[in-house]
Amino acid sequence: MTVRSTACMDGRTALQRTSHGGYRKEEPLKIVTLLKRVPDTEARILINQEGTGIREEDIKFVINPYDEYAVEEGLQIKERTGGDSTVTVVCLGPKEATEMIRTALAMGADDAVHICDPALVNSEPFTAAAVLARAIRETGFDIIFCGKQAIDDDMAQIHSILAEMLDIPQVSVAISFELSEDRRSAVVSRRIEGGDEKIETQLPAIISCEKGLNEPRYASLPGIMKAKRKEIRTKTLADLGFDAAPGGGRSRILRWLPLPKGGACRMVEAEETGDAVKEIVRLLREEAKVI
Amino acid sequence: MQFDLTEEERMIQKTARDFARKELAPVAKENNEKGIFPAEIYAKLAGLGFLGMTMPEKYGGVDLGTFSLVLVLEEISRVCASTSVVLSVQNSLINWAILKYGSEELRDAYLPRLASGEILGAYALTEPAAGSDVAALQLSAVRTGDEYILNGTKIFISTGDKAGVVIVFGRTDPHERTHGISAFVVEPDFPGFSVGKVEDKMGLKASTTVELVFEDCRVPASHLLGTEGDGMRIALAGLDGGRIGIAAQSVGIAQAALDEAVLFARERQQFGKRIVDFQATRWKIADMATQIEAARLLMYRAAKLRDAGRPCTKEAAMAKLFASIASNRVAYDALQIHGGVGYTKEFTIERLFRDARVTEIYEGTSEIQRLVISRQVLEEYDSLFPS
Repeated sequence: MTVRSTACMDGRTALQRTSHGGYRKEEPLKIVTLLKRVPDTEARILINQEGTGIREEDIKFVINPYDEYAVEEGLQIKERTGGDSTVTVVCLGPKEATEMIRTALAMGADDAVHICDPALVNSEPFTAAAVLARAIRETGFDIIFCGKQAIDDDMAQIHSILAEMLDIPQVSVAISFELSEDRRSAVVSRRIEGGDEKIETQLPAIISCEKGLNEPRYASLPGIMKAKRKEIRTKTLADLGFDAAPGGGRSRILRWLPLPKGGACRMVEAEETGDAVKEIVRLLREEAKVI
Repeated sequence: MQFDLTEEERMIQKTARDFARKELAPVAKENNEKGIFPAEIYAKLAGLGFLGMTMPEKYGGVDLGTFSLVLVLEEISRVCASTSVVLSVQNSLINWAILKYGSEELRDAYLPRLASGEILGAYALTEPAAGSDVAALQLSAVRTGDEYILNGTKIFISTGDKAGVVIVFGRTDPHERTHGISAFVVEPDFPGFSVGKVEDKMGLKASTTVELVFEDCRVPASHLLGTEGDGMRIALAGLDGGRIGIAAQSVGIAQAALDEAVLFARERQQFGKRIVDFQATRWKIADMATQIEAARLLMYRAAKLRDAGRPCTKEAAMAKLFASIASNRVAYDALQIHGGVGYTKEFTIERLFRDARVTEIYEGTSEIQRLVISRQVLEEYDSLFPS
């Protein structure tokens, strides 16, 4: 993952920022956090009969756990910068996703955009990113936080496609985020094989968040009550100026298939360990045919 | 009739569940084994609004109802019933009594501190000679000028040694039985207040239960709740809420016992198969789940009635009676499914079994619940079919 040096003002919220050539310290930040409704990690996933998705009945849904780190990071940046900085949740999902959005609002986010359109059910990453990009542009942004991946389909593509579409740098799998004094850049750490990589990026940028970045707060009871009065702007494709779900993606899901049934476990017993090893090697070669 | 939780209720339940799993679960075993009262847990619970759930926002509360409270109590009890004792007493009894019967000065003085977790509350009703027979209480409260002088002993007081405020029931009129009782808001540093024996209980070991001793304890007259003689009325009205709270605690313990039993039965192999595949286990699981569901619905109904401001004495007693019995039966069967290991402290079911026991005793024994229920049922018959 490389950091691009081009800074882009596209989507900046306060146009006057460019007129005086930079940020003033007290200028509020517009923080966007992306959120997806996904099946609970403990849910038992079954494919529907048509092979077009999973069976949603009787499954518990939650906020994508990595998105919780994104929301928390947004809230912490808002608290650290103070003033009028805001955290806006942007979510693409069915109407049931309102509950997850409301939970993020209860954690402390200020408002939300809920993109909800039947034509977007199970949309592939390119389509989803195109729609999100337009909603994010409308909202305005200085920093975008999102989960490093959603734990449902684990595609981990949205943040990269969004970075291209919004023409901003991306840093993925972040485990720490430090905003610069002048709020124009940030130093982000990401865990890589054998160590951490520190990357300095200009803002606006999109940061995908990894476990360990922070400890997401609970939605407090007063927070839950306040969340009821916060605004969720629901947008359809038409509201965002699309005639139909934007295509252009390079991938298409043909069919959803259940996992192949795992074979039964076979215990190899022998008096001597050496004999057991020989038997296992024989089985791997002759029966499993993997060596 | 609506059986689904609202979005808000699900969120409240989720916060309680997440808190219980992440904050309580890692410490529950040790706290209960060593009898540790976890002050930091209550500070965190207060920070999330759990200690002032049902009081108005102007006192720092969240303005939620009994229904939200039972959702929380069930989730907390599922992981640590000791913790739910404190939560239940504070919300159902202390905050409620001060809010409903306290003067504006008393409310301003105590409610914000209770909601913020600065102080915890205790409810001192039971005496050595006044258990089920509450009206027999003897602690004397004699008015002298601007003060009441309290003399006597209270026993089995939950959190009595940790509380910053104690609601004490005393006798202001020795000639009147039920109308001679009054309730007072007492601070532990009032002269003449002391903590006596600390009970070594069978269960709920991470909560404390103590004796409180009052020797010429001087309480300002302004600390009277309601008016003189209101004590019994306050105690009885408070018990409706308290009993719904214990029903919720019972359901939580029972649910935890079922969870433990199923997880164990799916792993444990005997006679060449998992014991969950034996009919003897499956029938137990069916009965346990059914009792829990029934108990939960009774508790929901009682809580809804209370939130609607409707009479709920019978329903609260029914919920408490049924849920506490269910809790004990479920814990018994869950331990049976565990077999020998269930009888050791290695397994959580041992603690659940002990914790369940008291739910049939405190906040009114099962026998008292039956007295309350039968009295009301017979009254209903009397009005329908006068004899």
